[in-house]
Amino acid sequence: MDITINHFLAVSAVLFTVGVVGIFVNRKNIIVILMALELILLSVNINLVAFSVFSGTITGQIFAMLVLTVAAAEAAVGLAILVVYFRNRGDIAVESVDLMKG
Amino acid sequence: MELIAFYILAAIVTVSAVCVIAAKNPVHSVLWLILTFFTSAGLMVLIGAEFLAMLLVVVYVGAVAVLFLFVVMMLDVDFVELKQGFLSYLPFGALVGLAFIAEIALATFARGADADSFNPYPGAENNAEAIGQVMYTDYLLLFQLSGLILLVAMIGAIVLTLRHKPHVKRQNIAHQTARRRKDAIRRIDVKSGEGL
Repeated sequence: MDITINHFLAVSAVLFTVGVVGIFVNRKNIIVILMALELILLSVNINLVAFSVFSGTITGQIFAMLVLTVAAAEAAVGLAILVVYFRNRGDIAVESVDLMKG
Repeated sequence: MELIAFYILAAIVTVSAVCVIAAKNPVHSVLWLILTFFTSAGLMVLIGAEFLAMLLVVVYVGAVAVLFLFVVMMLDVDFVELKQGFLSYLPFGALVGLAFIAEIALATFARGADADSFNPYPGAENNAEAIGQVMYTDYLLLFQLSGLILLVAMIGAIVLTLRHKPHVKRQNIAHQTARRRKDAIRRIDVKSGEGL
């Protein structure tokens, strides 16, 4: 029995679910929330690559590369915002991020 | 043989992903994240997408994970306090997770996908060549656009974190070049025996 696309879709689905659950259970820790976002994007990448390979077209891998780019940019900007927030407040508690509320 | 390797890698990916969100110390989370990315790269190698696998290692393990590690270690945060509420959020999180996995399973089993063709690099010698053939031709604009995204992210990150502290001496080149002799030198007639 060979590896089929379903195997990869299952792994990707599990990874995506773990990422979503990670956002919910780590409500206070924004660093881990960002990591969970990276997990979600990784699962998307696995999906794109699997579809690309098993359908015999290369396009999916190009898109996976774009997702990779966006993920890197998102991590950079997110962490920069985090650093600025920490500099202004001295902690990174997510529930007190309501400075701009009205 | 390949299937065994797949199951091993998939198990490692799943376990380390769970550890990312469950670890008490964010430094450990980052290390688990690195393991997850590395093993996913292995998964991609397994089906012939070598180029993307290497890219994953370079970009994620080499840049993003190090960035995370840097920030986690730089910020002086009480992580024990941040971890509180994990258990109280767990039932809701588990509910959402179950809903997600159920939906995906439903969609997958309702319409089972079959793998017929197995050609990781159509019309080329290897995977990197196949990607290169289309990336700089068909997807040139997307390629440029991703470069633009990275540029914007870089400028954004720099602008966000740049700060000018007061009382720090900096070189002001315009100020330096605008300086003339009459601003800098004074001629004083000093009388002998008196001093200034």
